[in-house]
Amino acid sequence: MLTYTIRRLILAIPTLLFISFVIFLIVKLSPSDPTAGLPLTIPPEVREQIRESLGVNDPVFVQYFKWLKLMAWDEPLHFIEGTTGWQVAPDGPRIISYQTRSPVMDLIAQRMPQTLWVVGTSYILGILIALPLGIISAYKQYSVFDQVGTFISMVGFSVPTFFTGVLFIVIFAVNLGWFPSVYNTTHVVTDWDSFVVQLKQIMMPVMVLGLYNASQISRYLRASMLDNLNQDYVRTARAKGLTEKIVVLVHVLKNSMIPVVTVIALNVPAVFGGAIITEQVFKVNGIGQLLIIAIQSGDVPVVQTVSFIFAVLIVLFSLIADILYGVLDPRIRYD
Amino acid sequence: MKRYSLLLGATALALAPAAAMAERGSSGHLNIIYWQAPSTLNPYLSGGTKEVESASLILESMARFDETGMMVPWLAESIPTVDNGGVSADLTSITWTIADGVTWSDGSALTSADFVFTWTYCTHPEGGCAQAGNFDGVTSVDAVDARTVRVNFAESTPFPYTAFVGYESPVIQAAQFAECLGARAPECTDANFGPIGTGPFKVDEFRPNDVIELSANPNFRFPDRPYFATVTFKGGGDATSAARSVCETGEFDYAWNLQMDPTILAGMAAQGRCAIEVSFGTSVERIHLNQTNPDPALGDARATVEGGPHPFLTDPIVGQALSMAIDRPLLTEIGYGAGGQPTCNVLPAPALYASTANDACLVQDIPGAIALLDGAGIVDSNGDGIREYNGVPMRVLFQTSTNAVRQDAQALIKQWWEEIGVETELRNIDASVFFGGDPASPDTFQKFYADIEMYTNNFAGVDPQAYMASWLCGDMPRPQSQWQGNNTHRFCDPAYDALVAEMVRTADLNERGRLAREMNDMLVRYSIIPLIHRAGVSARAATLEGHRMSEWDSELWNIMDWRRTQ
Repeated sequence: MLTYTIRRLILAIPTLLFISFVIFLIVKLSPSDPTAGLPLTIPPEVREQIRESLGVNDPVFVQYFKWLKLMAWDEPLHFIEGTTGWQVAPDGPRIISYQTRSPVMDLIAQRMPQTLWVVGTSYILGILIALPLGIISAYKQYSVFDQVGTFISMVGFSVPTFFTGVLFIVIFAVNLGWFPSVYNTTHVVTDWDSFVVQLKQIMMPVMVLGLYNASQISRYLRASMLDNLNQDYVRTARAKGLTEKIVVLVHVLKNSMIPVVTVIALNVPAVFGGAIITEQVFKVNGIGQLLIIAIQSGDVPVVQTVSFIFAVLIVLFSLIADILYGVLDPRIRYD
Repeated sequence: MKRYSLLLGATALALAPAAAMAERGSSGHLNIIYWQAPSTLNPYLSGGTKEVESASLILESMARFDETGMMVPWLAESIPTVDNGGVSADLTSITWTIADGVTWSDGSALTSADFVFTWTYCTHPEGGCAQAGNFDGVTSVDAVDARTVRVNFAESTPFPYTAFVGYESPVIQAAQFAECLGARAPECTDANFGPIGTGPFKVDEFRPNDVIELSANPNFRFPDRPYFATVTFKGGGDATSAARSVCETGEFDYAWNLQMDPTILAGMAAQGRCAIEVSFGTSVERIHLNQTNPDPALGDARATVEGGPHPFLTDPIVGQALSMAIDRPLLTEIGYGAGGQPTCNVLPAPALYASTANDACLVQDIPGAIALLDGAGIVDSNGDGIREYNGVPMRVLFQTSTNAVRQDAQALIKQWWEEIGVETELRNIDASVFFGGDPASPDTFQKFYADIEMYTNNFAGVDPQAYMASWLCGDMPRPQSQWQGNNTHRFCDPAYDALVAEMVRTADLNERGRLAREMNDMLVRYSIIPLIHRAGVSARAATLEGHRMSEWDSELWNIMDWRRTQ
């Protein structure tokens, strides 16, 4: 297992290099200009000077290797210095955002907590709802519970979050006035009252995303449970006289989790990636909002760095999913 | 100084007698939402409206423009003019005197050295300063004494109120930015995110592209202001949700730039929680008729003077007919509501410069347009419903940026033009590409690989000289200029160039007004078809008062006078 993991990690390096280069080319070759959002009153010569000072006019390969060197070497050292306080970071340029002219990593570090709060909570909530929903729906197939569960998850799965988000705002913020429609990103939880405020403002985005996550995972789990419930080993277990609780929750559930684990693990990077639409609707300053604003304003370094971090996380979590298969199913061995 | 205080005092009294009792911080907390979030607080590193306006709470300049476009002395004691000796008789320099007792928010005194430094900072060749245009023609800035600043121009400058006037070229503190010149500008993140200013507020916390927390500047020169103690300046979302947060949920007090369906906005305002504010500046949504031939068959000569004139759009009769066919009031009603007025001028304001010679265009006249074309012999000779001009069928490609309001307008205009026998093909291009200016892209508004295009343009400040110079023959985008240039529709008339040259030499305001109107009339007959004079539209909470919205400056220019109703 260990050699397998190491081999996979080494193989990931060329994959990531390739991904980073492709992302870079896509972003770079797409027609975008960091000065496009400026008012037309700013004259062309000034725009050209701005582009020059940002380094936009360097050859594409020069820009890529500059970025790669910073990303692979300087930025990790800055990260180490930032977290441990050791003086290891080199003096010199960092990956600078075109819009803010500040280090991209600082922007990401500033936004990560909001994204983890909102998207992470909704993900955990989604899983907590999905597990019982999927299990009971499958065990009592075609019952009223199953029908209602299917209906709700179909709604959650098919109605886009930009619709549910605005719908929630109109109902709960405008008409009922229970929750704020704008997320206050400077709010600090210090006592019970401020925790209640945090809970109120996080409620709507978490519900919107949680509904979507729960729908998706519960459908996978239900389908997988149904496959397993009719297998011979389930009949054997029942014939042995095991209680239904043990048959379903130990034997069937464990085997049904394999495809579900894939779905859950592969969606974890998305937790870090934030939820572009939901964050935008509720004005949560998370990673998703950072990415969409960067795309809109042609901020190549931010788009490039954020997408690359997603790529790293996806590669990492698909490896974790593969390892988890081995834990769930002893027949799967990699050595 | 005294006159200035009296003036402000009078305004405050006129607006609300209760305010005479108010003192600094008495109105508590103010929430502002801009649906585009500021990326930095250094206006010299980003020319975006969102950055420049948010920075205007902190950084100030010598003079500002009020809601009528009049200059108000701000950091300066008074407005220098030729009469009071502040502007030299040959119009090559302007001397400002800093008002007595102005300090930075850290308590140190504002001196002329800070202005000299600001000029050095923005004109540094490696800095990429976004506001360099405001220092155009400035050869040097001198510190005459600690409180006197002289700006010298290369040539006679009839309107010298560019550098250090308005919200685009505020003074920054030399002490804070001394190490940030040129290529080192981006390294000064702390300074760029928390500039020390002379303004009513100081930055407590700045989160790029998200939120700014501000509090009243304890060293502000007016001891009783600002009336608000703290401000949250939130960014992000979209115009509709920003309007909702002011007009429906009441979470915010002020929302900026509400470009949205006017009926939805009016519905929100009808609930009584907010008031809609509009203010007209110089923005005009207009149609440009390409004066060169954009035919792809011409290859590299496409849309250049070398490629030859447009087969039919250079004829004023065609332009006139296209203009007559448009129902401007309807376009305004559908797309802009209170935020727009139909206009026939490309230069609609200030009043001195606005021509009235073309107002006939305000009424749609399709039969008139048909008669005009028929009379000129431009008829449909082969019966396919499309007129021919010297044998060339009048088919046009009409492009604009992607934006719901513009696409609605495009569809209507297409219908009207087809009624007069001009076949119209519509195209829309993502705004970041269309306005991006990338010389490699075929889709920019400068390249103009289409017959007709529509967008909004305006000019900063109140003097149209530089703006009218956009349509000089020499300012056409062309391959030799990397497709940069303001004269996007390739207008070229020696008589027009002569008027521009005359305006540069003319100091008399009335005479300048006449020249500007004449130039405007040349343009709108008929290579530019002005459509709508657009206003800034904002919403303020009903409990907020003292707000005077100016399109000539930052919308927040007089925030020190804003207060909560008692």
